[in-house]
Amino acid sequence: MKRSFKTSIALSVFTLISLWLSVTAPAGTTLFSFNAGKELFAIPDFEIPVAGASWIVFLVLLVVTGFSWWLSIQRKKTPLWLTGIFAFALVQQVLVVLFVGQMFPVTTTLQGSLALAVPLIFGALAGVLSERVGVVNIAIEGQLLAGAFASALITSITHSLTLGLIAAAISGALVAGILAIFSIKYVVDQIIVGVVVNVLVIGLTSFFYSTVMARDLIALNQPERFDQINIPLLSQIPIIGPLLFSQTLIVYLMYAAVAVVYIALFKTRWGLRLRAVGEYPKAADTVGIKVYRTRYISVMLGGALAGLGGAFFTLGAVGSFSKEMTSGAGYIALAALIFGRWNPLLATLAALMFGFAQNLQSVLSIIGSDVPSQFLLMLPYALTIVAVAGLVGKVTGPAATGKPYIKS
Amino acid sequence: MKLELRGITKRFGAMTANDNVNLVAEPGQIHCLLGENGAGKSTLMNVLYGLYQADGGDILLDDKVVKFAGPGDAMAAGIGMVHQHFMLIPVFTVAENVILGHEPTKFGGLLDLDAARKQVREISDRFGFEVDPDAIVGDLPVGVQQRVEIIKALMGDAQVLVFDEPTAVLTPQETDELMAIMKQLRSEGKAIVFITHKLREVKEVADKITVIRLGKIVGEASPKSSANELASMMVGRAVDLDVEKSVAKPGKATFKISNLSAWNHAGTKVLDDINLEIHEGEILVIAGVQGNGQTELTEAIIGMHGKTSGSIELDGKELIGKNVKQVLDLGVGFVPEDRTEDGLVAEFTIAENLMLDRSDRKPFAKGISLQLGYLKKFALEKLKQFDIRAQGIDSTASQLSGGNQQKVVLARELSRELRLLVASQPTRGLDVGSIEFVHEQIVATRDSGIPVLIVATELDEATQLGDRIAVMYKGKVIGVVPSSTSRSVLGQMMAGISA
Amino acid sequence: MNKVLKNNVVKQILNPSSLVTLLAILAAFLIGGLLIAFANENVQTTAGYLFARPGDFFLAVWNSVFGAYDALFRGSIFNYKAIDSVGMIKPLTETLAYATPITLAGLGMAVAFRSGLFNIGGTGQIIFGAMGAAWVGFSFDLPAIIHLPFAVFAGVLAAALFGGFVGFLKAATGANEVIVTIMLNYIAGLLLFYVLTTPLFQAPGATNPISPEIVASAKYWRFMGDSFRINASFFVMLAMVAAVWWLLNRSSVGFQFRALGHNPSASKVAGINIGLNYVLVMAVSGALAGLAGTSQVLGAEKFLTPSVAASFGFDAITVALLGRSKPLGVLAAGILFGALRAGAVIMQANQKVPIDIVLIVQSLVVLFIAAPPLVRFMFGMSRAAKKAVTA
Repeated sequence: MKRSFKTSIALSVFTLISLWLSVTAPAGTTLFSFNAGKELFAIPDFEIPVAGASWIVFLVLLVVTGFSWWLSIQRKKTPLWLTGIFAFALVQQVLVVLFVGQMFPVTTTLQGSLALAVPLIFGALAGVLSERVGVVNIAIEGQLLAGAFASALITSITHSLTLGLIAAAISGALVAGILAIFSIKYVVDQIIVGVVVNVLVIGLTSFFYSTVMARDLIALNQPERFDQINIPLLSQIPIIGPLLFSQTLIVYLMYAAVAVVYIALFKTRWGLRLRAVGEYPKAADTVGIKVYRTRYISVMLGGALAGLGGAFFTLGAVGSFSKEMTSGAGYIALAALIFGRWNPLLATLAALMFGFAQNLQSVLSIIGSDVPSQFLLMLPYALTIVAVAGLVGKVTGPAATGKPYIKS
Repeated sequence: MKLELRGITKRFGAMTANDNVNLVAEPGQIHCLLGENGAGKSTLMNVLYGLYQADGGDILLDDKVVKFAGPGDAMAAGIGMVHQHFMLIPVFTVAENVILGHEPTKFGGLLDLDAARKQVREISDRFGFEVDPDAIVGDLPVGVQQRVEIIKALMGDAQVLVFDEPTAVLTPQETDELMAIMKQLRSEGKAIVFITHKLREVKEVADKITVIRLGKIVGEASPKSSANELASMMVGRAVDLDVEKSVAKPGKATFKISNLSAWNHAGTKVLDDINLEIHEGEILVIAGVQGNGQTELTEAIIGMHGKTSGSIELDGKELIGKNVKQVLDLGVGFVPEDRTEDGLVAEFTIAENLMLDRSDRKPFAKGISLQLGYLKKFALEKLKQFDIRAQGIDSTASQLSGGNQQKVVLARELSRELRLLVASQPTRGLDVGSIEFVHEQIVATRDSGIPVLIVATELDEATQLGDRIAVMYKGKVIGVVPSSTSRSVLGQMMAGISA
Repeated sequence: MNKVLKNNVVKQILNPSSLVTLLAILAAFLIGGLLIAFANENVQTTAGYLFARPGDFFLAVWNSVFGAYDALFRGSIFNYKAIDSVGMIKPLTETLAYATPITLAGLGMAVAFRSGLFNIGGTGQIIFGAMGAAWVGFSFDLPAIIHLPFAVFAGVLAAALFGGFVGFLKAATGANEVIVTIMLNYIAGLLLFYVLTTPLFQAPGATNPISPEIVASAKYWRFMGDSFRINASFFVMLAMVAAVWWLLNRSSVGFQFRALGHNPSASKVAGINIGLNYVLVMAVSGALAGLAGTSQVLGAEKFLTPSVAASFGFDAITVALLGRSKPLGVLAAGILFGALRAGAVIMQANQKVPIDIVLIVQSLVVLFIAAPPLVRFMFGMSRAAKKAVTA
């Protein structure tokens, strides 16, 4: 192994930030509250002294950073879980400092984060299925938006949430189909197609919103919303109960999707072939795997998942469609995909983290913090740049992603 | 199983790659398909394997006509192929690669990797391959990767096996082992088609030889034919395999490499304490199997290799630490091994390619303004001088044949004030006529008193072109010997045994 | 990102076929027309009794589509229904006013595409150009002869640095410029919003995110009077078309850019400094996009607002693609899309056709020109199409 100090340097920079936070830490305490109301038993609130906690975190970071330098000198990689501990600790410090003299509602903040993360996770899974098979998916945004529009329209008309979900999946798959046809059959550059398809979907949904939907908003844009389903017992466990098991059907579908995509990708024949096509299509072709068909199916399945993610906006969260309502979520999903290294589980974690950053911003603005919220909103984008610049380990996608396969 | 190709014709646009080709491979025989680069050997095998659809003719297995819509059909019919460029997925394990396309599953869809491992071990043991089913293919040495490729070809109980140029990447020892494997397969009653352009290998294992030239079968030959006879058939005229050159008159050693080491991105040492000297008016050939540090050596010389230590001196000036431009400016001419990838911009015209290295300076530019009038004059002159066959200087490089492309590269590299010429496999993939031209130019450069460094992977070229030969193995120079050294000694050196 | 892909992009962009281009534009407008008709209330009503009175239906279709495209024409080229001459020629000047930033940013994207770099970051670079220019524009009070150039320079410099940063990241770490520029667009947008809430940029006393008005001495000259938005940046744009043409075709810098675009590894072997050129390409590309930002904030508008980049970032990509990344082509495409923007405003006001139809037509044009076989197929030249797909 060559010595690489990129990670160690990055950790050092963040440790310095932590030092600065500790030195300037305000006097006072922060209250961490864990209860949402329906738990079997309550976890007592924690009151944490800001300065003390800051210094403890700083020491932890210092140890991790030192260990990382030692590993680098030994020509070893800093393991991902160590970076994870580092990030977790740093986040705790930031929270303690931000919420000084206030209460930080742990459970409800996490609930909000999960809600924001649901479409991101569906989108990132769409990206995984598409890019793992060798098609760059910049068009996640368009797939989400199409899903949001179709589910709002169909559920409003039919009053059937199931039909709304199906419509969302189909429209997401259709948008992905455009991406697939242009990149596979017409060999148009996949990035061009992705960027253009997103704008096409924005144009189409906005156009039909203004012309068709807006004419009768009550009949055409007032879908029913999914009810919360409380899973008996599980939903009453403190923290994880309200967080994970008092959710709508779409969220439960999301759990299933993450598991199914993971298993399908890494444990099944279908997944092996899919990944083979994404890594070296010619090799797959020479053993009789249908490269084009595999790509179409996988990209469109991904599109269907992203469509479901889009339905969450209208049927799960907001309750109606509005123009460009996904407002860049597709690009954050893309960021989560890259940050999660094209792995469904890691991408889900990244999406949760990005959801947390977004939600923290709204929680902060509620308590009237003077921290500029824009910087928290920037976090997913900035972290993705850090990731592609290779500052936290090497990030490379499937080898054939972005390359058209041309059978001679 | 007996394989017969009957009247196979395959066209690409106006070009006929295979013209009414007939071939019969019997079980228990090794059938050699011999031909120059571009003669249509690989096309024929791709037709057989279902990758291409023939425009005419039939494929027969045991005298029954079969149709292959894709490689899956060919595999199912019992045809296995060891590809020239391995069809292996580097990030997959050996077992995953081997089962791809016909994966054993359990519980309806889940991969059964245990069964896969068992299958790999079974074949591996039968031939003494010692391949670990759980190793990641990308981490394995090339020779082992080829064994994986062979296991893969044998998986479907293949009865006809095609080896497409399998020895290009192997050491002489590995080549010997491969020959032994082929003989073992023959004794098991498989029909083997062995595609190659290397006469020595043909003579060693072939039971039957078919020679193909420009897409047509030119005839059959006996393994007992002499190398010169086979070569003449392959090329279509009497060939003198020797390079015409006078005895070298070496002058001062103006190019010196001392204690040169280099590391790749992963931190592995790829050059290990290299020490070499080349005199003015002398050709030093670097011989060795591909991938033993030759590429890294030429990269280090022209300033493209990242991590290096030691010293490279030309005319007393240190090259290490200089960037490519500075190195070229000191008078280094460089002919890269892959001319379409590294030598030329395919979409640029001949003229533009001729100024690729000096577009930002006089006389090609004044300030940042290009001098197109001068460029035209310059390009016309080079076109004539190097006998570049093209419509004109505005033809794009992509429109030229391989030989003419190489002439453009040579014309550019030799038109600077040279103090050293470095050429990496300068005749790779060229037809015989172009090979002669390139050899002449290299010898002429030497005779004008310039030190020349050539990287060659074929021993014949090394011994004929070189005045001295340095053999590289695993990033080290095993030894520097006169070009009169015997093949067997050179072969041993290429396998890492010092002379 | 790899060389195969890059070459593919550069090839697709340069692949010339004016017939396909024309047909692609035609097809996009036809589909746009279908959508307009489909969404029209009269058409929907008459479709209800289509078999009883088909004439009504087809008349309604014709009225909706003709009405819309007539409004588009009147809004973008010549308003024959206007009451005075100013009203008649104003549409054309509006078209050129819209075309100015679109073309400038489009030239920036074109330079990057020709060099094999995929700059999706037009939006962010326009924002930086506008921020730099606006700040100098409202903070100082200088003679016009100094102030305007100073403001423009500040904007161009900010955008060039912002763009160059992407090139630097790519050169230093290999970071994929597509991902980086997409992410930077969002970062730039959020940053703009943030600075517009700080005293440094926010107009005193304002509660919404808006800057003070640009001082008159820093504004581009509105040479047709203040009621026309067209201004001197139009001539800057024309000069840049010529300059970029010269840069790409007649200068050694542009030669190296193009060499890099077609074959980075051969360029490297020929001694061209790849890393430096990545930075240069992205800086030049960013500078041109930044110039578009200055045109917006010092010309068409008078304030810096969060929406300063509008959809110009995407427009820039589409005109670069439609114009085959050649300067004159970009100019022509810029004027076409400028006309669409200008006309769509009138179309929305008069015919209630939402402005979003522009996005649809624009994206369809780009999809179609990128896939000539599809266009040939749609216009019944399917044999040629089949050949092209299988070739």
